[in-house]
Amino acid sequence: MIAPVRPTSPHWQIYRWQVGSSTSIMHRVTGVTLALGLVALSFWLVSLAGGEQSYAAASKVFAGPVGLLLLIGWTFAFLFHLLNGVRHLFYDAGYGFERTPRHASGWIAVLGALGLTVCIWALLWHFARL
Amino acid sequence: MGSAKDGTAHWWAQRVSAVALVPLTLWFLFSLLALPDLGYGTVRMWLSLPISGLLAVLLVAVMTYHSYLGTTVVVEDYVHSVGMRVVTLMLLRFLYVLAGGAGIFAILRVAFGS
Repeated sequence: MIAPVRPTSPHWQIYRWQVGSSTSIMHRVTGVTLALGLVALSFWLVSLAGGEQSYAAASKVFAGPVGLLLLIGWTFAFLFHLLNGVRHLFYDAGYGFERTPRHASGWIAVLGALGLTVCIWALLWHFARL
Repeated sequence: MGSAKDGTAHWWAQRVSAVALVPLTLWFLFSLLALPDLGYGTVRMWLSLPISGLLAVLLVAVMTYHSYLGTTVVVEDYVHSVGMRVVTLMLLRFLYVLAGGAGIFAILRVAFGS
């Protein structure tokens, strides 16, 4: 049985983007991204258990241009999801809902994740572990 | 399918697993960054340490659980057809058990030396 497509109001197409709504959907998007990262992590672990050859093959994939892009993306996704996740835990305890702290903590989550991603990858690049 | 009539347990499990993941993920990240290289020998030696094996298993297990809790909500939100939703949620559960199981099994293989 096919459900009839009912008309709905536009929301993200028309309502102004704000820190609260943006970080909320970002939390979901990074969460799903990290779910794919979990698959990659398991893949990496399985390649390690498989021996030297399987690990070398997997390493080549991760060290390639696409692989590196994915790893950098996962780094940001993880750090944002972590920082925003902690922000959510404070919400659960009842703190930080008002406009000012909500906006401030939101920006800390985004900029913090961005900054830490750059730091980590700059360190990795510097120590030539790529 | 109607209303779930219960969501408290899911909500709490999500929070507890989140709190557990903070030290677990940071431990994993810092451990890897502290290694001199990510070559086969180095990583294998590190992972075969008892504490590494234990924490790694816990990391994969809790991460799998937390991720599963989260993505099922996403499916419930966006998949509107009941049939598709049932199938997708079932498939998701199997995939998570597979991914988490494979990761844990691999860690155990390294830990017990095979």
